Amino acid sequence: MIMKKERYERPVILKMNTGLMNKFGKKTDFEAVTHIESVPVKSLLSDYGSPLFVISEKQIRRNVQNAIRIFKTRYPKVQFAWSYKTNYVSAVCQIFHQEGSWAEVVSGFEYDKAIENGVPGNKIIFNGPDKSDDQLVLAARNNSLIHIDHYDELYSLIRLSEEHSLKPRVAIRINMDTGIYPKWDRFGFNFENGQAWNAITRIINSSNLNLVGLHCHIGTFMLSPSAYAIAARNLCELAWSIKEKYNRNIQYIDLGGGFPSVNTLKGAYLPGSDTVPSIDQFADAITDVILGYGFKQDELPLLILETGRALVDDAGYLLGTVLATKRLSDGRRATILDFGLNSLFTSLWYDHKVSPAQAYGDYTEEMVLYGPLCMNIDVVRESIILPLLEKGNQVVVHKVGAYNMTQWMQFITLRPNIVLIDSENNTHVIRKAETREYIESMEQVPEHLKENPLK
Amino acid sequence: MKLKKNIATSEEGFIFNPSTGDSFSVNPIGTEILALLKKDKPLDEIIEIMCEKYDVDRSIFEKDLDDFTSQLKEYTILD
Repeated sequence: MIMKKERYERPVILKMNTGLMNKFGKKTDFEAVTHIESVPVKSLLSDYGSPLFVISEKQIRRNVQNAIRIFKTRYPKVQFAWSYKTNYVSAVCQIFHQEGSWAEVVSGFEYDKAIENGVPGNKIIFNGPDKSDDQLVLAARNNSLIHIDHYDELYSLIRLSEEHSLKPRVAIRINMDTGIYPKWDRFGFNFENGQAWNAITRIINSSNLNLVGLHCHIGTFMLSPSAYAIAARNLCELAWSIKEKYNRNIQYIDLGGGFPSVNTLKGAYLPGSDTVPSIDQFADAITDVILGYGFKQDELPLLILETGRALVDDAGYLLGTVLATKRLSDGRRATILDFGLNSLFTSLWYDHKVSPAQAYGDYTEEMVLYGPLCMNIDVVRESIILPLLEKGNQVVVHKVGAYNMTQWMQFITLRPNIVLIDSENNTHVIRKAETREYIESMEQVPEHLKENPLK
Repeated sequence: MKLKKNIATSEEGFIFNPSTGDSFSVNPIGTEILALLKKDKPLDEIIEIMCEKYDVDRSIFEKDLDDFTSQLKEYTILD
């Protein structure tokens, strides 16, 4: 008779430390995550390789519909515009567009992507400080909303409009002091020192530009709804002054992006789930100001929101595998994963939640999570308490849908597959893993360097 | 490789080192290994016993045992 052997767990000894109790202490949160939606993590990794980005279509749709409901139950005219830079994988953009979002782009590359995705030109918002003459003319011809960032751009656009007999629809980006630090004053025209008003006057005096909106974007990962209330009030004040002085109605107010996801920022004492305001709180702060400002019902401006991170972060997961475990010189446990900050760029900003993807025993240990890069900076988590991990174990990193799939680097290793789980739990590769041939297809070796004497 | 004589161990995995005042918690497999060390079993025999009982490759267990005993030395639990 063959005896069945018992399940093995690595022997471990933990020194018990006494000290002050942390009254904010919370239960260590590492329940095994064996499925994303209803698809097993194990089969995702065996079918598509490790590491692997996974996106839940259902979660994105839930997030957008929820945000639209929150704003539309408070304010009659609301329009979301998908922030391409947050995640411009085409399949992801199309989910947002199917849910009614316009496109918000910040470069010619992103603008072309939006057009390629079938977004009508008049539903593309063109932001950012870098728009070439050709791109400005194209956007003007497509009747896109051009958000002017600086005087050089303003004068270029006036010149181009005259040269090409165009009348582009424009807004200006406005920066201001909303009481938050750091103050984002590098983009747009300043509100407090009158620069914004001067730009508005210049546009209105130009017969070629059609001023239709006012835009601001006060910062990123904003934890203060009151800052948005200040921003909304300042934009309303400008819209009101334009109405009074020039008898022109501003068609829309665009409050940009910046709503946070529930990730935990590095250095934060409490987890993001406890500190991040809900979208309802931001919506209350913004809509109370606009509705209370005194616009006539039929002159209320359209409220545009360029929310990115808060709508996509929790729909993205990074799955990976433990390559090795080792002990550092000071006794700490180190776990080496098959993804690092080349794939998970946001590990520079957040203490990402990481879960084991398989059952585990009762014992846990504190560890450092490293990526596979041969670089000292490649740290996924500086300190995390997890069950005892072994080579070959699988892990799930949560809330990685924003910025990773645009800011990731092809550095040392190749970028992995991105898989979408659709609303019926079918899986689709939406961006193929890179190959060496793909990377090298952009390189050219001069004739005299083709000879290799080491052959 | 021997456990220091004055180290107090319990079957539940609680370890006390009276010479330093430190307390430790050990998981069940670690507790079994400590019990074998207390009986002065040589490492080779410990490896045989544990690999017979548990579903683990010998090479993996040897690596883990090496790490475990180096921790015990670090905590001055071993002679």
